[in-house]
Amino acid sequence: MAFPRTDTSLISRWWWTVDRWTLAAVLMIAGIGIVLTMAASPAVAERIGLDTFYFARRQSVYVPLALAVMFVTSLLSPKGVRRCCVIGCAIALALTIATLFVGPEVKGATRWIRIGGLSLQPSEFLKPTFAVVSAWFICASRQEQGFPGYFIATGLLMLCAAALLSQPDVGTTILIAGTWAVQIFLAGLPMILVVLVVLMFFGGALGAYFSFAHVRARVDHFLDPAVGEGYQIGRALEAFRSGGLFGRGPGEGRVKEQLPDAHADFIFAVAGEEFGLVVCLILVGLFAFVVLHGFGRALKDNNLFVVLAATSLLAQFGMQALFNMASTTHLIPPKGTTLPFISYGGSATIALAWTMGMVLALTRQRPDSGGER
Amino acid sequence: MTEPRQNGLRDTDQRPIRLEGTRSRALDVARNRLLMAGAVFGLAFFIVAVRVIDLTAFAQVPRAGLVNDAPRPVVARGDIRDRNGVLLATSLPTASVFADPREIIDPEGAADKLVAVFPELNRDRLAAKLAEDRRFVWIRRNLVPDEQHAVNLLGIPGVGFVGEERRVYPQGNVAAHVLGLTNVDGQGVAGVEQSFNNRLGDGDGVRLSIDLRIQNAMREELQAAVREFRAIGAAGLVLDTRTGELLATVSLPDFDPNAPGANEDVRRFNRVTTGVYEMGSTFKLFTIAMGLDTGTTSLRGGYDASKPLKVARHRISDYHAKNRWLSVPEILVYSSNIGAAQMAMQVGGERQRDYLGRLGLLSRASIELPEVGAPLRPSPWRDINTMTVSFGHGIAVSPLQLTQAVAAVVNGGILRPTTILSLDGAPPPAGERVFSASTSRQMRALMRLVVRYGTGRNAEVAGYKVGGKTGTAEKLIAGRYRRDKRISSFVGAFPIDAPRYVVLAVIDEPKGNKRTYNYATGGWVAAPVVGAVVRRMAPMLGIAPVMDDESEPVQYRTKKAREAALRVAIGKTIARIRGSQLASN
Repeated sequence: MAFPRTDTSLISRWWWTVDRWTLAAVLMIAGIGIVLTMAASPAVAERIGLDTFYFARRQSVYVPLALAVMFVTSLLSPKGVRRCCVIGCAIALALTIATLFVGPEVKGATRWIRIGGLSLQPSEFLKPTFAVVSAWFICASRQEQGFPGYFIATGLLMLCAAALLSQPDVGTTILIAGTWAVQIFLAGLPMILVVLVVLMFFGGALGAYFSFAHVRARVDHFLDPAVGEGYQIGRALEAFRSGGLFGRGPGEGRVKEQLPDAHADFIFAVAGEEFGLVVCLILVGLFAFVVLHGFGRALKDNNLFVVLAATSLLAQFGMQALFNMASTTHLIPPKGTTLPFISYGGSATIALAWTMGMVLALTRQRPDSGGER
Repeated sequence: MTEPRQNGLRDTDQRPIRLEGTRSRALDVARNRLLMAGAVFGLAFFIVAVRVIDLTAFAQVPRAGLVNDAPRPVVARGDIRDRNGVLLATSLPTASVFADPREIIDPEGAADKLVAVFPELNRDRLAAKLAEDRRFVWIRRNLVPDEQHAVNLLGIPGVGFVGEERRVYPQGNVAAHVLGLTNVDGQGVAGVEQSFNNRLGDGDGVRLSIDLRIQNAMREELQAAVREFRAIGAAGLVLDTRTGELLATVSLPDFDPNAPGANEDVRRFNRVTTGVYEMGSTFKLFTIAMGLDTGTTSLRGGYDASKPLKVARHRISDYHAKNRWLSVPEILVYSSNIGAAQMAMQVGGERQRDYLGRLGLLSRASIELPEVGAPLRPSPWRDINTMTVSFGHGIAVSPLQLTQAVAAVVNGGILRPTTILSLDGAPPPAGERVFSASTSRQMRALMRLVVRYGTGRNAEVAGYKVGGKTGTAEKLIAGRYRRDKRISSFVGAFPIDAPRYVVLAVIDEPKGNKRTYNYATGGWVAAPVVGAVVRRMAPMLGIAPVMDDESEPVQYRTKKAREAALRVAIGKTIARIRGSQLASN
């Protein structure tokens, strides 16, 4: 390696302590993401009247920027991570609430806000910051008698969920609620309460079904065979079928010409059609590796906050990937979530880089982290 | 908020033991739960992987038309070609755009977008259609590739394409009435498209007897005549007398079968098969043939045409009145109604009906087309009808029927069913004998005299020995015969010694002009059309002109000189026929 172990500079220390396996996996996912954006987005860009490589060019700016964000974030100490997130969560929540009043409506939802010429989606940043802040409260409540951490975390969750459901953004709400659920589960919630929370989830899902028309439409399409597979899902499944083992070849896919969100929510179908089963399995494997390897790393840590925060961030990342891939393959009703680092999107990519940067920062080898690595 | 210290806790040194215990207990719980969460995530990723394998590796063959929308080159409907294999009708694969309204999220917006591509669609009606609670509505049929591309670019979910085919007629109007039409669902609704709908629908081709070159020549000559004489329409036929194959059948005005919606019904009317007309003097061919065939009269016989015939309230007179006794050849050449009527009376009404019936003039023509008109015949058939029918009045037949019957007169006396299909060298149907071969031979000689010395001189083509007969009939409009509204026709056969083709031209309501001295009779308006068509088609069919003393056109300075020349020619003709009869006996 370029950095001798005796070199104690910042970068060198980082290199020897960081989880290089996770870093490599994330870099590979981002690389595949750039290729897939190149494949999927020109058709979408042409269809909506933009320059052919509009999305591809923008994504190739976002990804290096995101990697830089990830690197810088991964230099932080756990304390630094927590501080950033407390501030970040407050800002992201404020901006999320602000979208309700000043955000432009895009596809029936107000999720965007313009700040100094930049258009960003604050909910993307709310996800990881919420995870860290909530982990901190729960950890504190676990370790300090009388500290109402559970209640604060749950209250924060309610606040975030209320803001997100008003946009409405059910997908992100589910992710945040899932993150919170993973945390209280890890924090030792009695099993009876775990069952209760699971029931609450179903209740929430039913509530969403009855109170949001677009959720109901999606679920109806999923459940009712008479209504048939939704148009987009039908096309996505055909894409996988026509892709086969090795795909139709780069650029040979057709699904991207038919799906409005081929470069975003349905990019996994483009991967299936053009690159086939092998590349799809590599992608699934990479996501699974990042999550499970990260869990393994967290397992050996002695700091409860680190365990909770890293695990919930990884769970968030994994759930988002799973929701996207499962809905594209018609295992669950469509959620409208993107595939981390693969789908096009500036806010999402940078927020995810931040997420993974924090995971890397939290799982870095520290004097107190324990275990031999 | 106070920041915790390095290990995440405040006051560690104050309560070290208890907290250490809590901490490690909490960590143990977290680690156990973390293993469980890891198992759940691992399982979830595993399920996704299995699902992807299931979708890609074990999927059935992709259903056509969903992902792969490339037009399928399967064209079901067969081609229609002319006798030489020239393409007259074919099907091209196209795409039609439909919508599944239950998948349309925003009918109004979708309608706006679609109307931008198809400005001819009614936006509100389309929006209503897209909002219906149905699974399938057509938006537009048979797109051109540009339009399909434009719809694709709209990217409206719930809008899709169905591969279809569109009928294309590369020759446009030229054989429109024969070919007919298909509707938007590809079913034949007129012409050959209708009568051979099943065969074409099964993908088999149809080869017509039509020769596109001759069809085109006939159409051009008729169009020129319609233009020159400001006629309302025209019909033309070329029939092979030996096989019954139609080489050309033209009805004007015609239409473009490629754009059926743009055609008024009047253009769709087929004057050749559907229209029935009082044909006038061309019927004298049948009357004289009957007279000769029954032995009622002979070429040497004749009738008094010195004054008009008065029958009951009717008066029969001659247009080219000679006011004298006329021989049988003269009756045809000068087209004497008086002579023909007397001859028909001598033959008798019953035998006349019998002959006309066997010539197919009293019943609907049999042809492989759906549009066939029934003839109009006198009922009851009194003597006066026998007389008027003898010169083609009081009976209306289609141009097709007339041509068929004339073919029987000239081809040796045999009526063959007419067909629109190419026999392709197969032996023609035997047909039925109507006249003796001798009668036919005499009729051919007389028809030649008509073109050489009589009313059909404008049909003469040097070297091709055209024979024929003119016809000019006043149209019966609202119960009255109108002198100014006529059906002018000429039916010719060539080469007359052994006629291979019968050519008919019918001009509907021609108006005379300066060049024709205001005449609009068959000899002036229809005979030149037949002459021109013969002149164009004979070389195409490889018929060489025969140059002899008869091939030179003769000009007579006076009517008298021509009448004298005719008398000489009649004498020669009779002698020649007698000679050949003697030789054959």
